[in-house]
Amino acid sequence: MTASTAGSTATPLLEARAVSKEFPAGGTSLTGRATEVLHAVDRVDLEVFPGETVGLVGETGCGKSTLARCLARLYDVTAGEVWFDGRDVTHLSRREMRPLRRDIQVIFQDPYGSLNPRRRVGSIIGDAFAIHDLEKGAARKARVQELMELVGLNPEHYNRFPADFSGGQRQRIGVARALALRPRMIICDEPVSALDVSIQAQVLNLLIDLQDELGLTYLFITHDLSVVRHVSNRIAVMYLGRVVEQGTVEDIFDGARHPYTKALLSALPTPDPDVADSREHVVLSGDLPSAVDPPSGCHFHPRCPRARADCHEQQPPLEPVDGDPVDHTTACWHPLAHGESLTSAVPGLGIPAPEEGEP
Amino acid sequence: MRLLEVQDLRVSFSTDDGIVEAVRGVSFDLDRSHTLGIVGESGSGKSVCTQTIVGLTRGATVTGNAFFDGVDLLTAQPDELRGIRGKRIGMIFQDPLSSLHPLYRIGWQIREMIQAHDSSMTRQQARTRAAELLGLVGIPHPEERLDDYPHQFSGGMRQRVMIAMAMALNPDLLVADEPTTALDVTVQAQVLAVMTRLQREFGTAIVLITHDLGVVAEVADDVVVMHAGVVMEHAPRRETFYHHHNPYTEGLFDSLPAVGAGRRRLTPIAGTPPSVIDLPPGCSFAPRCPYAFDRCWVSEPPLARVFGDVHHWSACWLPADLVARTAIRDRLRAETAAAGETAEGAAS
Ligand SMILES: Nc1ncnc2c1ncn2[C@@H]1O[C@H](COP(=O)(O)OP(=O)(O)OP(=O)(O)O)[C@@H](O)[C@H]1O
Ligand SMILES: Nc1ncnc2c1ncn2[C@@H]1O[C@H](COP(=O)(O)OP(=O)(O)OP(=O)(O)O)[C@@H](O)[C@H]1O
Ligand code: SF4
Ligand SMILES: [Mg+2]
Ligand SMILES: [Mg+2]
Repeated sequence: MTASTAGSTATPLLEARAVSKEFPAGGTSLTGRATEVLHAVDRVDLEVFPGETVGLVGETGCGKSTLARCLARLYDVTAGEVWFDGRDVTHLSRREMRPLRRDIQVIFQDPYGSLNPRRRVGSIIGDAFAIHDLEKGAARKARVQELMELVGLNPEHYNRFPADFSGGQRQRIGVARALALRPRMIICDEPVSALDVSIQAQVLNLLIDLQDELGLTYLFITHDLSVVRHVSNRIAVMYLGRVVEQGTVEDIFDGARHPYTKALLSALPTPDPDVADSREHVVLSGDLPSAVDPPSGCHFHPRCPRARADCHEQQPPLEPVDGDPVDHTTACWHPLAHGESLTSAVPGLGIPAPEEGEP
Repeated sequence: MRLLEVQDLRVSFSTDDGIVEAVRGVSFDLDRSHTLGIVGESGSGKSVCTQTIVGLTRGATVTGNAFFDGVDLLTAQPDELRGIRGKRIGMIFQDPLSSLHPLYRIGWQIREMIQAHDSSMTRQQARTRAAELLGLVGIPHPEERLDDYPHQFSGGMRQRVMIAMAMALNPDLLVADEPTTALDVTVQAQVLAVMTRLQREFGTAIVLITHDLGVVAEVADDVVVMHAGVVMEHAPRRETFYHHHNPYTEGLFDSLPAVGAGRRRLTPIAGTPPSVIDLPPGCSFAPRCPYAFDRCWVSEPPLARVFGDVHHWSACWLPADLVARTAIRDRLRAETAAAGETAEGAAS
């Protein structure tokens, strides 16, 4: 199996140090200002150690994909540093990046949209070799067919088009393409979200087997908490551009400290009627606020059942709560005690109460 | 009388590739205040089945019956249907964006809908009702939001607007096709809470299509499992989850990452759903089924009562007796585990 959580002495394979990414936002906001900034990722620290899988979870728009793109250096960061294998790679030029591109690969969410429908599968998978000018002619074909076999595709289907494959098979094509250059790190951005459960299971098995065989390291992005629990060693929970809690799978699922983590877990539908009937249901009111004009202090305070005055004022640091291991960190002024419930703080028994609208 | 009784519904489309038998004999019924969950892989016929019932399939050959409060929706006259669809039957579609018109204000769209079915309402009354509905589904400051356009609402809010519209006339039946699939879990929880609260208040019956077995565990009373256009299993919620009979249902559950199981390998269902053009004889699941035996390849199993439970139906040739069925499953599991060990032993 994989390396368990590495000790703090090991060097992370991939590391974000206070990474921020801003996008210019149009002047369509209520305030009517022409130039505004959208804080997609806001001073995120994240470490991924060799051989482990770190799960990144959070609601739509919280900045998961943007962070992933910054880490893969597909985006330039606005501030902060990206380190790979003990080296600061934040400002490498295109040319200097080339070897790095081979080491870090990204698998995207949509198995339908991310493959060019007019190109044959063999050449799609062989792209990486073409870009890096490696393996030509028959040698390239042999390598591609090897890859197809590795991910469970029939190598004889080398000349077929993406449309001739099922959803799960197309996602395998994406995986084969990502594996072509023997990367050390794979960033999986919602690799199974668009798939039926049985096909999802095939792809998850494949990713886990490949990790065990090839010693791969994964950053695994998903909004599906049961999937993240299945594949991850450690989990980082994001909210509106920030990491609000980070820890091992057990820390997060059995000992969540942050009210947002707790709410997210309680909203997760469980395919088990007994559990569904008996567990506490916290229904968060409101939607994710705008990243253009995020709430002051703790970003979560407008939706948080535990929020008090101080939460509006200062941003809570991401730190271990008293008694927690150093690698279980939480950004909250009033973290939950172990086993403490959130429901007591929610008015209206889990039915979304009308709340204040946008500022 | 049941509120909804669907009997041997068959829907097919004639295409260049041949006849697509999307729904091949589906029967189920539903009472007031109850929720029926319909699950199954992509293409199993969930949408076609429910869309046909509410009269939204075009260019299809349809046979069978769908009695709604005694009226057969499939043969009723257009003016009789007008009083039912939209008014006594509300509908929510998967994609909230495509179902709200982008160029009209939210309030206008709800008002139009109300007035189309209730011409006695004045403009002002309809507007007040629209605001009331938005409030009911948890939209803050509903009066002010009536003048917004759809793009000014988030995905979750638009989906709640769709629910508000579907519930506007207090329908007896709500048909919801993947109403929360595009939403985050926290927003999904809000939307499901709104639906169940409205059900409690108004006694609405709900048909809920979803691919998420977790959602089914949360809200369904009964579950229909579909594969290749037929009902494979139909049972109360707990039986579906804890004592399923059908190998397809078993396959769906074995595919799920189980809580607390950690990084174990999952057991996917073999292969992919069959094409519903020119289906071979026998059980449509046979080519993917680990239990398939002679009979399965020859004749298609009918949906029949199993486990001595009048509410539990399964379309499968395996024994309908709980002890016998369980023994067969346990034997298969033992064999699979043994095969896995030999394979590992050979590899190392
Ligand atoms: N290229 C871009 N230009 C402007 N804004 C962007 C861009 N990419 C992302 N954003 C914004 O940044 C924020 C974070 O988006 P991102 O795609 O990283 O979220 P996510 O967590 O991956 O969401 P999802 O779960 O929906 O994939 C959002 O508000 C989004 O609208
Ligand atoms: N108008 C049409 N013409 C031809 N075939 C159709 C038509 N509509 C649906 N089908 C086919 O009927 C079958 C059932 O489709 P349906 O949309 O009901 O599946 P579903 O179970 O809702 O799947 P999903 O989970 O992907 O929504 C599919 O094979 C589909 O391709
Ligand atoms: S800091 Fe305050 S508002 Fe933020 S999560 Fe903690 S209690 Fe809630
Ligand atoms: Mg994303
Ligand atoms: Mg459908």
